[in-house]
Amino acid sequence: MHWNNFEEFLAMGGYAFFVWGAVGVTVLAMVIEIWALQARRHHLKFNQAPASQRIGNV
Amino acid sequence: MQVNWFKYAAPASFFPLAGKLYPWFYALAALLALVGMYIGFFVAPTDFQQGEAYRIIFIHVPAAWMSMFLYLLMALYASLGLIFNTRLSSMMARAIAPTGALFTFLALWTGSLWGRPMWGTYWVWDARLTSELILLFLYIGFMALQAAIEDPRRGDKAGGVLALVGAVNVPIIYFSVKWWNTLHQGSSINLTRAPSMASIMLWGMLIMALSFWMYSIAVILSRVQCIIAERERRAAWLQELGTPDQ
Repeated sequence: MHWNNFEEFLAMGGYAFFVWGAVGVTVLAMVIEIWALQARRHHLKFNQAPASQRIGNV
Repeated sequence: MQVNWFKYAAPASFFPLAGKLYPWFYALAALLALVGMYIGFFVAPTDFQQGEAYRIIFIHVPAAWMSMFLYLLMALYASLGLIFNTRLSSMMARAIAPTGALFTFLALWTGSLWGRPMWGTYWVWDARLTSELILLFLYIGFMALQAAIEDPRRGDKAGGVLALVGAVNVPIIYFSVKWWNTLHQGSSINLTRAPSMASIMLWGMLIMALSFWMYSIAVILSRVQCIIAERERRAAWLQELGTPDQ
């Protein structure tokens, strides 16, 4: 461990903008991809019980 | 005992398998990412020349690897779809494309942010960066072409040809640092020589690459379920699952 405190970790030796800019966009991109996929799945509604096991459209 | 090797080639049998598998791959991806990022940000030492900025490598290199591997995988599935006329193969190619494009963008983005402090520029038209940008255009072109063609089977074939032709770009990206005088550094990891980087850094990169693989598999399996549900929506087995007939 070479970070003496949290501020040092955030500062990344002066390169904070570049390092966290890279990490941040990566995380954001993956979150958006997963979220969009979940929305698409939800819209398709194939997680529900089969029609033969449901009373109605609930 | 008879083994049916092609059991899962049918969308109807692959669909539930994909549904059961993908959450496990998400879990693996998260776990490996935690380990990999821990190594990259807390264990690996500060670089002698680049200071802390080099830590971008733990995302940049795995993302670049994924961008190339996923393209080859996409081209492989597209070829299988063209050769054997199997629709699930082409559906897999369609499922891979957005994730491949995402990693290509991330490779370019993280590389750009790394280039600014290290090379003094966000961008340069050298062989590797340019060919990686072309890879992004190929992914987008593949998706755009298939979206523009109404008949999905015709779209599968047209996209398949584009994916195959574009596959020539991947060895160009890979060998670009050897063939041309580029700003981008040469390969640190080879099949024949020992790696020229500290092994803890290499381990961090490999674990992150594995994490990105698990993530990709999870996302692709989930997406192919959506594609199957959309394309096969009139099939009885899907009606049974409760998908509305749109």
